[in-house]
Amino acid sequence: MKQVFERPESLKEVSFHFCPGCHHGIIHRIVAEVIDKLEVRTRTIGVSSVGCSVFLYDYFNIDVCEAPHGRAPAVATGVKRVYKDRIVFTFQGDGDLAAIGTSEIIHTANRGENITVIFVNNTVFGMTGGQMAPTTMLGQETTTTPLGRSFIGDGYPIKMSEMLATLEGCSFVARVAVNTPANVRKARKAILKAFEMQVNNMGFSFVEVLSACPTNWKMSPQDALKRIKDELIPYFPLKIFKEKTIPDTL
Amino acid sequence: MGKIRIDIERCKGCGLCVIACQKKLIKIGDNMNSLGYHTAQINDEKKCIGCANCAEMCPDIAIEVWK
Amino acid sequence: MPIDAAHAKQGKAARAIALRAGLKCLKLIQQTLMNDSKKRLIKGNEAIAVAAIDAGCRYFFSYPITPQSDIPEYLSRHLPEVGGTFLQAESEIAAINMVLGASAAGARAMTSSSGPGISLKQEGISYMASDELPALIVNISRTGPGLGGIAASQGDYFQATKGGGHGDYRTIVLAPYSVQEMYDLTIKGFDLADKYRMPVMILADSVLGQMKEPVAMVGKKKSTAIKKDWALTGCEGRRPHVIKSLYLDGDKSIEHNWKLFKKYQKIQKNEVMCEIKDCIDADIILIAFGSAARIAKTSIEMAQEKGIKVGMLRPITLFPFPNQQIEDLSKDIKKILVVEQNTGQMVEDVLISVSKNAKVTFYGKPTGNALEAEEILGQIEKLKNKKGFNR
Repeated sequence: MKQVFERPESLKEVSFHFCPGCHHGIIHRIVAEVIDKLEVRTRTIGVSSVGCSVFLYDYFNIDVCEAPHGRAPAVATGVKRVYKDRIVFTFQGDGDLAAIGTSEIIHTANRGENITVIFVNNTVFGMTGGQMAPTTMLGQETTTTPLGRSFIGDGYPIKMSEMLATLEGCSFVARVAVNTPANVRKARKAILKAFEMQVNNMGFSFVEVLSACPTNWKMSPQDALKRIKDELIPYFPLKIFKEKTIPDTL
Repeated sequence: MGKIRIDIERCKGCGLCVIACQKKLIKIGDNMNSLGYHTAQINDEKKCIGCANCAEMCPDIAIEVWK
Repeated sequence: MPIDAAHAKQGKAARAIALRAGLKCLKLIQQTLMNDSKKRLIKGNEAIAVAAIDAGCRYFFSYPITPQSDIPEYLSRHLPEVGGTFLQAESEIAAINMVLGASAAGARAMTSSSGPGISLKQEGISYMASDELPALIVNISRTGPGLGGIAASQGDYFQATKGGGHGDYRTIVLAPYSVQEMYDLTIKGFDLADKYRMPVMILADSVLGQMKEPVAMVGKKKSTAIKKDWALTGCEGRRPHVIKSLYLDGDKSIEHNWKLFKKYQKIQKNEVMCEIKDCIDADIILIAFGSAARIAKTSIEMAQEKGIKVGMLRPITLFPFPNQQIEDLSKDIKKILVVEQNTGQMVEDVLISVSKNAKVTFYGKPTGNALEAEEILGQIEKLKNKKGFNR
């Protein structure tokens, strides 16, 4: 028998600190598998964000720079402008990217920076203890929306992929989920595509991954999978929103 | 015909592999690892088809698969 | 003339040197430059931009704000000519974080702004201080608080010298008072930033930024390669590098903060720069920095013509502050006049520096209108006539 599934080389032999059933680990693994597949580990620079994904450098066997909350796309811009031939990616949650970091993500996408952004959307601030995020669903109870999010006062869950796809500078936008083995495989394909876009100098690529946070959703990992299928995917549809086939040139 | 190996020290007993297994061979057992989690275990190993669905869903990369 | 007082060692000999410093210029920053290069008549802001390119800076990220916009405007035209990158960011916050990224990748990077923009950049500056990332941050300051105005001000002294952002850190702060120093200190700033792996700030103002003077220049550095074996380059042939400022482990956090503190102590010991002029026989020392010092120099000349013995100490580094030099001078010269274009900020550092019996008088003018030489002269005369003037 041949080994068909093993730990990717781009991850260190360290156990994740994530809560049981958290999808961060799956997404970390997929990104690492893509880096392995493209054989770019030694020329990849990761930019971590603030939140549960801050410990990127503890897990990825690559160079990593930590960014202030929401600023990862700006930090990645700085790195990429210095090293145009390196693969630069950010790994950000929704509390980071879709709240405090909206300015940075929009303008980095609009400039068409040749970087890749992995956006983990679990509809909640995870590390700070489950407060409302801009992506929190209507009616979702969080520690700061004890009666559930209402569009009156709290607004609607923000759809980052749809918004970014409207920007001319943006080359690839997809939303995926990792709630089933089939979806994990599709997510891997999308993330591979995003990194390939960067390798081929196609410009800004963005993959939103719907992710479970059983701890802050206050449900079992199994129920969390069900919530993604029944509640999240209908509102945050899984699809490729944008895919340029030829790069923008002068 | 396939085979999986579960690293019980990495397993946090979340049970995502249990749902993922098409053949329903995995369950969360009574044994506990050093972190205090009840961990996943496979029964009827011979029925494993090596589809790797369990490993794809494992957030802790605790499962290796052979086929 | 500026004197590198870092050479003034502590102790008795040092006091003599500090007091007699007017006699011997220990080291001119621009001494070597003045000899054999042609001078160019340029604006202070442009001098900074030219110096950045000459220093090997190839990455500049900023956001427009008056009165510093000449710097990005110059660099947007001239950085690409030398293969550099100019990027107008969407915000001050994005700009400083782009600097953070470029610096993490090992490049000489820079941003410039003015007071309100510098406030926004403090987040990134704090991170860079902890990350131990070098960069040059230019503040062509304007009035505050809030939106203030665009006149010259020294109201950003506290923000610049006491850290500015969150946490226990300092940045080196250089305060030019001429267009020549705008050029020289920009180059020096990049060197210090790389030497100590930390952000360095130029604190100037709209007067210095907008005035034109002849400047001697060194020209472009031949090699801009600086060995930075900590930088992020991709981990080919080595273990991965990590640049971070998160220390959840209490012991590691304490260790990291002491490490930074020791660096600042070393800087305090080695990098103080100040100009000491006419203090040998002085009865009064006037202490001022930047454009206030520039104006005060005229006042001092006017006072000296009237027979008043007044000398000057001009801090060039605001952090590290010339505490020792001020203490030494104040042992013999008891009347100290601090002049600032604000309501009194540096004066606090003077107060903790002076020896016991020294009497510190403050004259400040919150900005709007620039200080005038005559009004400072009036203060010097008032101080002269105060009882107990003659020692």
